[in-house]
Amino acid sequence: MSDRIEKTFAKLRSEKRAALIPFIMGYDPDAATTAALLDALPGAGANIIEIGMPFSDPMADGPVIQAAGKRALATGATVAGILELVRGFRKKHADVPIILMGYFNPVYRYGLPTPERSLSAKAGSLQQSSGFAQAGNEKFCKDAAAAGVDGIILVDLPPEEEQEIRPYLDSSGLKLIRLVAPTSGDARLPLLAKSASGFIYYISVTGITGAKAADTGALKTKIEHLRQFTKLPIAVGFGIKTAAQVKEVSAFSDAVVVGSALVDIIGKAKGKEDIVKSSIEFVRQLANAL
Amino acid sequence: MPLILEVERAYDAAKADPEFQKELDYYFTHYIGRPSPLYFASRMTAHCGGAKIYFKRDELNHTGAHKINNCIGQGLLAKRLGKKRIIAETGAGQHGVATATVCALFGLQCVVYMGAKDIERQAPNVFRMKLLGAEVVPVHSGSKTLKDAMNEALRDWVTNVENTFYLIGTAAGPHPYPALVRDFQSIIGHEVREQLHAAEGRLPDTLVACIGGGSNAIGLFHPFIEESSVKMIGVEAAGHGLDSGQHAASISRGQPGVLHGARSYLLQDENGQVQDAHSISAGLDYPGIGPEHAWLHDSKRVQYVSATDDEALAAFQTISKLEGIIPALEPAHALAHVLKIAPKLPKAHLLVVNVCGRGDKDIFTVAKALGVEL
Repeated sequence: MSDRIEKTFAKLRSEKRAALIPFIMGYDPDAATTAALLDALPGAGANIIEIGMPFSDPMADGPVIQAAGKRALATGATVAGILELVRGFRKKHADVPIILMGYFNPVYRYGLPTPERSLSAKAGSLQQSSGFAQAGNEKFCKDAAAAGVDGIILVDLPPEEEQEIRPYLDSSGLKLIRLVAPTSGDARLPLLAKSASGFIYYISVTGITGAKAADTGALKTKIEHLRQFTKLPIAVGFGIKTAAQVKEVSAFSDAVVVGSALVDIIGKAKGKEDIVKSSIEFVRQLANAL
Repeated sequence: MPLILEVERAYDAAKADPEFQKELDYYFTHYIGRPSPLYFASRMTAHCGGAKIYFKRDELNHTGAHKINNCIGQGLLAKRLGKKRIIAETGAGQHGVATATVCALFGLQCVVYMGAKDIERQAPNVFRMKLLGAEVVPVHSGSKTLKDAMNEALRDWVTNVENTFYLIGTAAGPHPYPALVRDFQSIIGHEVREQLHAAEGRLPDTLVACIGGGSNAIGLFHPFIEESSVKMIGVEAAGHGLDSGQHAASISRGQPGVLHGARSYLLQDENGQVQDAHSISAGLDYPGIGPEHAWLHDSKRVQYVSATDDEALAAFQTISKLEGIIPALEPAHALAHVLKIAPKLPKAHLLVVNVCGRGDKDIFTVAKALGVEL
């Protein structure tokens, strides 16, 4: 697989620009709208696109993304369905990297047979489950890479547990984007840096998605510090909501992620056309700030 | 991760510190009222006509359940870490009450997350927590029950990590919580061992406990794991029945999965989305199970069975009338299973069931289920 992430950052670096990474929830509010949004985002100035895979228990997300996940699940979102959307996107957009963000369990259970629910037999025990785990993780990595996914963020899979999926990431070429938090101390940063590929996603504030914005000065110091531990590009997200913030943060980072603010617009708009129109307008504003 | 690594370091240091154990023992004795009695349930034994049945009376603890054992332990840990603010999740409200109690005792700020649905059905415990000075935050996300309260507590923790300690109530969640909850609850099994030795001069033959996340059961079982002659039975909540789709039987009907930082059996659909658990007892309706129970199941060391809402309700009434002890709906599941198996066991068979909570909190739920207007 050609390395779309690396190429994207190399190109932007030569233009002395930071990447804009909008986040949308897959299937929010339905598959057709997500497909239309994905198709329009590169034209509006998205350099990389992050798609959320909804989960019933989104522990790291604030109310806006929680609500989006709920809408998505209500309309039948599945991991397989989201991979299908990526496959559709790739037909027209060969170069724009796609990152999937989600929680581990739906990946771990991906493509496993429907649970047997008879009284006497139960499919799978934990002891067998390492076999099960590999089946789900392996199939996910293979299918995601084949669909045209470039990287994944698994919020609740710390480096300590990544051997679960590491072999399949490596064989499929999928990047594992690591989240680094303000609480990730110097003792931990080398472990995170070693585990990361593609780019590092720096969480600008302690807390959940959609939180209050971080102080730019303090953020700049943190990013500069982080660069001592990694050569990978550094994206900054959580709490970035406006074009002005995008401009400020892009001065010292390689990419800026805008999630909750965009998802909020999607949540408030009425109907597919309005959703696409208002969110594309917003993304264009953000891109113009870069 | 840095948060839970900090808890692990603090716990390892505390375990090695005799002062910590001394302090824990002090509060166990003088505040909780330990040891709780091991009581020979003579009328239930006669009623069943088989095994000799003992009740471990953890419902007599201060605050009315086993939850306080763990709260004292983790509260002392929080103090060692210098944390001034405690957060907790609660289902039935028993863990919330115990946490609020310990926070009052140690002068710590207390915030309890509770599913909006649980707040409705456990009004007395909500009021209790408030009396104790805790803030009770209703959780409206997801299914509005225990797992969602846990999600919300985790969101709070990652936001306020500097000054906050997350006091988890059951033997689930990320490492080291399952281990430290088990260790603090193991006082139950250690006492049973001593008390039964004094009463009968030997080990028990069978131990029975109810399972939600599994903290009272692991506390009873753990000190006997190496004793191969001791049979152990965990009783899950079968709700409206194991095949009704409305139950909380993660081991009987769940699949391996990862939630809240632990791999265990989970109630989930074919897409790995976690499903809502149901039980008449709010304390049992967690869709997962402590990871150590999953292991004890796979290794066949512990047998896991289930009891339905109706069976628990019947046991609740039977035991109240037979023994003058109103059990909580949670141990009523364990008692329901004892009512099933005890008649078939020989009279010399020593059976210990953990009555891990008292039923005062459940009288409204039970009255409603029986169609009685209070």
